[in-house]
Amino acid sequence: MQEATDAAAGAGGIDPPYLYPPYRSTLLRAPGRTPLVLPAALADLTGPVFGAESIGPLDFDLTRQHRGEPLGERIIVHGRVLDSTGRPVPGVLLETWQANAAGRYAHAEDNHPAPLDPNFTGAGRCLSGADGSYRFVTIKPGAYPWANHDNAWRPAHIHFSVFGRAFSQRLVTQMYFPGDPLFDHDPIFNSIPDPLVRQRLISTFDPATTEPEWALAYRFDIVVNGSVGTPFEPEDSPK
Amino acid sequence: MSTGAAGATVPGRTPSQTIGPFFGFALPSETGPLVVDASAPGALWLRGQVLDGAGEPVPDGLVETWQADASGRHAASRRLDQDGPSFRGFGRCATNATGRYAIRTVKPGPVRRPDGMRQAPHIEVLFFARGLLKQLLTRIYFADEPAANAGDPLLAMLDPQARTTLMATPNQDGYRFDIRLQGDHETAFFDV
Repeated sequence: MQEATDAAAGAGGIDPPYLYPPYRSTLLRAPGRTPLVLPAALADLTGPVFGAESIGPLDFDLTRQHRGEPLGERIIVHGRVLDSTGRPVPGVLLETWQANAAGRYAHAEDNHPAPLDPNFTGAGRCLSGADGSYRFVTIKPGAYPWANHDNAWRPAHIHFSVFGRAFSQRLVTQMYFPGDPLFDHDPIFNSIPDPLVRQRLISTFDPATTEPEWALAYRFDIVVNGSVGTPFEPEDSPK
Repeated sequence: MSTGAAGATVPGRTPSQTIGPFFGFALPSETGPLVVDASAPGALWLRGQVLDGAGEPVPDGLVETWQADASGRHAASRRLDQDGPSFRGFGRCATNATGRYAIRTVKPGPVRRPDGMRQAPHIEVLFFARGLLKQLLTRIYFADEPAANAGDPLLAMLDPQARTTLMATPNQDGYRFDIRLQGDHETAFFDV
């Protein structure tokens, strides 16, 4: 598959612009001035490091957080956290949240008239392993309507929050599923200027990790900003 | 890069997407805003309000902070939710119905970088919300540190009005720092 390199990602860059009028909520929230790019010498080199004690043993498995099993299609979502040189980023916290199989969030403000599932909260977390790998077991989320425009629906997605090694590597994004017919209609997905860069948010079906008689697998690698290749101990702060 | 970097030697960075309106059941926690225990020497409350371009409160955002301790050292934050060591460095607080947040912390000391450069006491701040397709990065400095601020290399790059937007002001139990996303008094934001 063809891939956009970051250098060739077009004038719009990798990330969406703050102001993107098709996504109406940006109109009053996007800053009017272009953020000042911090000189490398002033960017923060440190960031929070969370230990294994932050994570419960079942936090990675969203299908086993309640007494019964949730309804929906059980899936494995896995991949690696890498830096921009391709090196794995070990030991960083990943948090996920998502709608249930019916497209409803376990959130008080979600008024979509689809059923809540008493056996599904939809929040997960884990730490990346020594090789940057992570793995979640969950339920494939449903599409859901939102009020952005007439008959607006979000493609099925899982929200990801990732800490790098430095606070400047922090990334919050959304993972999508291959072949979703809603991609062309979703302003949030299409806010990323380069169509090839958008593809990076679409997980790939992974037959090798799919478990027979149990669950389909999807792969989603996450590449954070910058390099963590140089030796670097957050505990050992600049004196 | 999620599609596999066939032939590419350097992976492409993953683009940002909005945190959306529904993170509240997953990311915030009761202890998230507590960077220090109440008993920590110098414990104070950093409070503020987040306003949009119409001057309306932003009731569905998430503030995250990262800072050095009172002696200018960055500590590892070993625990996400539970009270851990007395200084965690990292704070996280969702804004409430009136757009307000509160982080219990200490005033950081000046940070000296490996190259010897000295920065005025400051707190890194990330802000996430529905309608922000990418997080906003800013920094809190302290209005009652004029000497240190005068020598800070980042503040020196800003015009006086932008500098003013980064100043937390002392109040009865700590400091106040408001974030204005848009408009005449828009907070100075940074990119990396």
